[in-house]
Amino acid sequence: MSATPFELLDGWLRARLEEDGIAYLEAKVRATREDGPQPAFFLAFGTVARKLGRADLALTATEIAQANAARSGFQPGPWNVAQAARTLLLLALQHGDAASHGGVVDQLCEDADLGELVAVYQSLPLLPFPDEYRARAAEGIRSNMNAVFEAVALRNPYPSEQLEELAWNQLVLKCLFVGSPLYLVHGIDQRANPTLARMLCDYAHERWAAHRPVSPELWRCVGSFADGPMLADLERVIASGTEPERAGAALSARHNPNAEGVLTVHEAAVDRALAAYPTWDAVAHAAPPR
Amino acid sequence: MQFIDPHIHMQARTTEDYEALAAAGVVAVLEPAFWVGQPRTNVGAFQHYYSSLVGWERFRAEQFGIRHYCMMGLNSKEANSAELAEAVLTDLLPRYLGKEGVVAVGEIGFDDITAQEEKVYRAQLEMAKEADLPVCVHTPHRNKKQGTLRSMEIALEHGIDPGRVVIDHNNEETVKDVLDRGFWAAFTIYPRTKMGNERMVVIAQTYGSKHIFIDSSADWGVSDPLAVPKTARLMLERGVSESAVREICYANALAAYGQSGEIREGDWQGAAKVDQRALFEGNSVLRGQEPRVSGGKDRPTELVIE
Repeated sequence: MSATPFELLDGWLRARLEEDGIAYLEAKVRATREDGPQPAFFLAFGTVARKLGRADLALTATEIAQANAARSGFQPGPWNVAQAARTLLLLALQHGDAASHGGVVDQLCEDADLGELVAVYQSLPLLPFPDEYRARAAEGIRSNMNAVFEAVALRNPYPSEQLEELAWNQLVLKCLFVGSPLYLVHGIDQRANPTLARMLCDYAHERWAAHRPVSPELWRCVGSFADGPMLADLERVIASGTEPERAGAALSARHNPNAEGVLTVHEAAVDRALAAYPTWDAVAHAAPPR
Repeated sequence: MQFIDPHIHMQARTTEDYEALAAAGVVAVLEPAFWVGQPRTNVGAFQHYYSSLVGWERFRAEQFGIRHYCMMGLNSKEANSAELAEAVLTDLLPRYLGKEGVVAVGEIGFDDITAQEEKVYRAQLEMAKEADLPVCVHTPHRNKKQGTLRSMEIALEHGIDPGRVVIDHNNEETVKDVLDRGFWAAFTIYPRTKMGNERMVVIAQTYGSKHIFIDSSADWGVSDPLAVPKTARLMLERGVSESAVREICYANALAAYGQSGEIREGDWQGAAKVDQRALFEGNSVLRGQEPRVSGGKDRPTELVIE
């Protein structure tokens, strides 16, 4: 049996902290287990960053693989010590009922600093009552602080598993608005839907009208549903877009039988673009157009 | 030359101010919690204010390549509403003192010099000891000299090391007493009410640079967020040595508040030059604007602040 996320986080921290840090963390975890969400828990959640520091965990490839085995979609690759310790404290809370656990999470966010907010949102997929944090996740997506938004939106399986369609679509659209990469959004392809495809095409038209560049990743959630005017948008990009845009439109259109004609007409250009940018990761890493 | 403004209320300032600060060489700003002009009437208003100091404002500053730190406290003016003060002291402040970037308890002290203000001041001195944080003391506008002396006496009574206490808003009448007792003496260059910067030059020439630093205390009033870099230039023009200017406009504030462990030169030294295109593209602050890559524009303004 694979380890639980709690066991993994605990082990990673023990391997990276000095003795006094380990002792401090042990004491806080024990107090959290025994006393629950008392004022001391909220204080510890804050001060743990000062006590243990914010060094990168710098997880190994094996550790990252263990994370995904413990909880599908758990991607703590970029986490730091304070984030891991805060998540450990959250997981050490003895769960009462779902509503009271949701209440603790809300209370943490009410007076949280930037680092605490990021830690809470990153922890959502590991918490015991998945249905309970949907409103919280949507709140994080509304945040104007990029780091907070990205803690929910990127490398996090919670939104694709739990958010209803409207909130999901807002997440994807906001990524494009604030320049966060779609390839790091967990479940981006699985949650594609016709409403989102239309929203994305409308957004592309707004950008074109304003003579602003359009992210080549935008087309990722369009292709499967493209028909009529959306198909015309894909053709416009394939015919006259930049190389990464053309690759994006082609990657997206090739699973849609309606788009076959478009791809055939521009076959040579499409092949060139796909040779340069064969995957969504490659498209996402193309330099943004200026 | 790099500068720190160790007392500025950025919540009341615009993005244009952030750009001007960055262009003038200000690498870090410290924002003490204070009164916001309109008296607060419930605890929630304080909670929201404190949260935005450690959240939104910190984030906003970083968009412009400036590191933002804050101080947590209940200001002397609002300390006078006893019931509210009690709730803030017991329910709120202890939760905020350990947040990221909190470098001191402040600004606290006297306004009208009432018994209630003294009670709240003393309670917060104890919190500072408990949290192992430096203290920033606001000295009153009226009856300043007596208020300053009393503030220092009380801090000493509580057994606080004067080397961990900044006495702010000094003038020619208070500076000697503050330095003689071993406290940090901060001067606020604020047009027409506190210090003018030509007077500040004379202070530097008279007292040197040990334990002395300056700030703008720029807020929602008629104030100048560039007071620190402007005064630095004026001091250099009038013959104050470069090393003294560096201490008064950068190093001393860092040493005083660095005792918190939450502000270090490494936070900005060696940090990559701000490139908003790479880091912060399209965020809500910059949306629809051309990002500033580095350098940026300076504002044509008078050097002398009277």
